[in-house]
Amino acid sequence: MECSKRNSKLRNSRWILCIAASTVLSLAALTVPKSMAAGSPTVNVKIDNFSFTPATLTVKAGTQITWTNADDIPHTVVSDSQEFKSKVLDTNETFTFTPSKPGTYSYFCSIHPKMTGKVVAE
Amino acid sequence: MPPQKEHDAISLDHNHDGIDRRGFLKCMAWAGTGALCVLEGGVLKSYGLDDPAHVAKAAKGELSFVQISDSHMGFNKPANSDVVATLKAAVGKINALPVPPAFILHTGDISHLSKPAEFDTVDQILKSAPTKDVFFVPGEHDVLEDNGQQYRERYGKNTKGDGWYSFDQKGVHLIGLVNVMNLKAGGMGSLGTAQLEWLEDDVRHLSKSTPVVVFAHMPLWNIYPEWGWGTDDSAQALSYLKRFGSVTVLNGHIHQTMQKVEGNVTFHTADSTAFPQPRPGAAPSPGPMKVPVEQLRSLLGVTNVNYVRKHHPLALIDSTLE
Repeated sequence: MECSKRNSKLRNSRWILCIAASTVLSLAALTVPKSMAAGSPTVNVKIDNFSFTPATLTVKAGTQITWTNADDIPHTVVSDSQEFKSKVLDTNETFTFTPSKPGTYSYFCSIHPKMTGKVVAE
Repeated sequence: MPPQKEHDAISLDHNHDGIDRRGFLKCMAWAGTGALCVLEGGVLKSYGLDDPAHVAKAAKGELSFVQISDSHMGFNKPANSDVVATLKAAVGKINALPVPPAFILHTGDISHLSKPAEFDTVDQILKSAPTKDVFFVPGEHDVLEDNGQQYRERYGKNTKGDGWYSFDQKGVHLIGLVNVMNLKAGGMGSLGTAQLEWLEDDVRHLSKSTPVVVFAHMPLWNIYPEWGWGTDDSAQALSYLKRFGSVTVLNGHIHQTMQKVEGNVTFHTADSTAFPQPRPGAAPSPGPMKVPVEQLRSLLGVTNVNYVRKHHPLALIDSTLE
């Protein structure tokens, strides 16, 4: 008897945990589409082989852009107009920038200036 | 006719080897071949490093110094997971020279990420070199984040501007230039107006027979612009050196040895002590070249430079770490 009581208690607490977890999940599920609706998904630019891919990226204004350095050598992401400037990105480090207004943002790697790229925000 | 030199052996005379000196001799001694290069009559000649007669000849120079480059302290990727060991091996090579060098030039990329500990480690290793006189110029990896402030505090105490300077040794005028600052989008290395004006003024008082050695991190000749291997305004700098009978330009940055003679100017790039980079255009990018561990040290090295008055004036010996 004693034993089955304990089991039923355990079952109850598991059930409560389960409800709690699903509530968190559904709240999270509600939160994600909200921000998606606000138009701020993330778009990625890969830094690899001393180049930015894609070299020209066209996005909606407000889109968050993440650069990831996949090279064995550090790089930077610096806009020609100094509107954004990453710190030095070592291997696998990232930098994000969200163009708030439409426009063309030309950028380069300040360490290897032959590396250039462009973000076109519409 | 090239000017005849009376006292100084760094001369433009043709050495009757059948090579037209008005053109240019492009001599590429790829890293690992261990070339001894002797400048004779304005033409750079390569000999095998294994030939003791030539090494001995070069060692008799009136001025002998060593160039090391691109130690990239802090780099720990597969291309070389132990850059400490390879820099130590380079210092070992210097210690083994028959004649101790008068000084050492480090042509930049001392560190990989401009971290204080990286500079500290290099300084510590260089303490076991046979000379305490080490002259630096910065590479782009040494001036990250702070526009070179830390670099100048450590290595550029008596320098001008971003860290350029000159000094004289046994009648040779040496000039350290900085071409890794304020780089422009789409461009290559850059010297900038202020430095060019300083350079013009610095060499103005020198007689044309003064041998001039210029050293900088990025190549001062356009080796491969597609990879940024050059300096946008280097032609302007070299124009100030046209009147000199002998100009030697030493660079790093491309992690391989390469040489060229053009008129009165001998260009030379040094091996890295850390990791090799591919030949121009031979890979998708100039990133670190991964080679089998047993081959690595044959692709890293030091350069010994000898100046001999009146005879064979300037010899560049590229020596690998093996």
